[in-house]
Amino acid sequence: MSGSGPVVELRGLTKVYRGHLGIGRSLGLDGLDLSVEPGQVFGLLGPNGAGKTTTLKLILGLLRADRGEVRLFGRPASDAAVRARLGYLPENPYFYDYLTAEEFLDFYGRLQGIPRAERRARVQASLARVGLAERSSTALRKFSKGMVQRLGVAQAIQHDPELVILDEPMSGLDPIGRREVRDLILDLRRAGRTVFFSSHILQDAEMICDRVAILDHGRLRAAGRLGDLISTTVRWFEVALRGAVPAGPLQLLSSAGDEHLVRVPDVSALAELLETMRRTGGQVLSVWPRRDTLEDLFLREIAR
Amino acid sequence: MRRPRPLDAVVAIALNTFREAVRDRVLYLLVAFAVLVILSSRLLAMVTVGNEEKIVKDLGLSAISIFGVGIAVFVGVSLVFKEIERRTVYTLLAQPVQRWQFVLAKFAGLLAVLAVHVVLMYVTLAFALWMRGATASGLAPAVWLILVELAIVTAFALLFSTLTNPILAAVWTSAVYVSGHLSWSLRLLAERVPPGAGRWACEAGYWILPNLDRLDRKAEVVHGLDLPAGFIAWSTLYGACYVALVLALACLAFERREFR
Repeated sequence: MSGSGPVVELRGLTKVYRGHLGIGRSLGLDGLDLSVEPGQVFGLLGPNGAGKTTTLKLILGLLRADRGEVRLFGRPASDAAVRARLGYLPENPYFYDYLTAEEFLDFYGRLQGIPRAERRARVQASLARVGLAERSSTALRKFSKGMVQRLGVAQAIQHDPELVILDEPMSGLDPIGRREVRDLILDLRRAGRTVFFSSHILQDAEMICDRVAILDHGRLRAAGRLGDLISTTVRWFEVALRGAVPAGPLQLLSSAGDEHLVRVPDVSALAELLETMRRTGGQVLSVWPRRDTLEDLFLREIAR
Repeated sequence: MRRPRPLDAVVAIALNTFREAVRDRVLYLLVAFAVLVILSSRLLAMVTVGNEEKIVKDLGLSAISIFGVGIAVFVGVSLVFKEIERRTVYTLLAQPVQRWQFVLAKFAGLLAVLAVHVVLMYVTLAFALWMRGATASGLAPAVWLILVELAIVTAFALLFSTLTNPILAAVWTSAVYVSGHLSWSLRLLAERVPPGAGRWACEAGYWILPNLDRLDRKAEVVHGLDLPAGFIAWSTLYGACYVALVLALACLAFERREFR
């Protein structure tokens, strides 16, 4: 295990992309400071081009930082030995399509240092874990995108790494596949593993993250525990009603025929609305208390 | 999990490279070679008088060389490029694998493919000669030197594959192959140009380019001349040193490479 220090530590990480022959520059990442503690599920969030994949590639040594430092398990990320302790799934993975699923995992198992005696059992267990046990002898060229993604997850976790880095693990998956990946991440957390993943699908992140960081244009906009970043108190109510919309401090959100969706700012306004609807014979179809969501926070930070 | 030994990663990636070539049906070229040698030997038997055995040997050795160079160039130039283009290199380098191990493994994998090809083509040629009542035993030293030459060409293909796209890499590798066979002419040219930059450039070109002509000993063995063991050993050592140098450059180039 990694001891008490952070599993991932980024200090002042900066990456500048230069164009062909050094002409033209764009800032990929600007002085990113971040740390991920052992056993956490950490979500790196941001719109496309925010710097999420750049961050993960810098951590893995696929890119070189212009400034700053990456430390994994307290050691420089350039040390190949630390990579034995992590698993990685790239965004939209593509693997050797001439291999079967079993051959593919066996090949990676060799690189990950899984002893020959254990490898076969591990490969089968990993395939079963991602629901591909029946396809172990199928060539990857016959796999759908979702199956390749699941195989990529199996590759990332089959050697039981302490840190699992996933780049957009839910993208390209159907709702069932997304749920399976979410459950798998939660399983990893229960087993004491650290998960660091990037995503632009906020609902998924909200369901599974202990901590998040929001990136935009290469800069860190917000970082912390979800509970600290998002208020858990009810901020307003969304009410669906049938009939005339009464006067008051209401905001009409949408209408379809005589059905309306209104935003009610607080509890007293809600009580007043319910009373008015009762008196006028209108119908209240639903009342939905709204809290701050990660999406609210995200949109607020991106708009700043 | 234990950290894999350096050789484990090289062997695993080399075997995967070999498997890729086999499954991409590169070995089908062997069928083309066999058809070419067997058909041409029958054809030559009909149209020539007396010397057909030498012609079959000459044609067979030339075909081994040309088919080998074809594989070395066209498979070699896409070895690294394809891994980057398809992003398979991302997950590979995220493992406890050093970049130099990756480069050496790709080289070893393709060299194994070439070695299997050369051996099988040699066996096919020997069979064609046996059908004519002749033996291929004297050809082995020339075949070995063809393999040494192919190792040099493969190292260049790999170096260029780390630097540029397959088309440019194929052009550059072919240019090295052709100029490597003509490097002796630079020496002659150096003697004829006046002292100065021109002569210096010719001399530099002669020493920098691989002397592939030294490794082309087909004519001698076809005419039944023995190649001295010392010559074969020195030529092999020359090839090994040249390969080591080019692979070191390839490792250096790949070490500096970023994957955007």
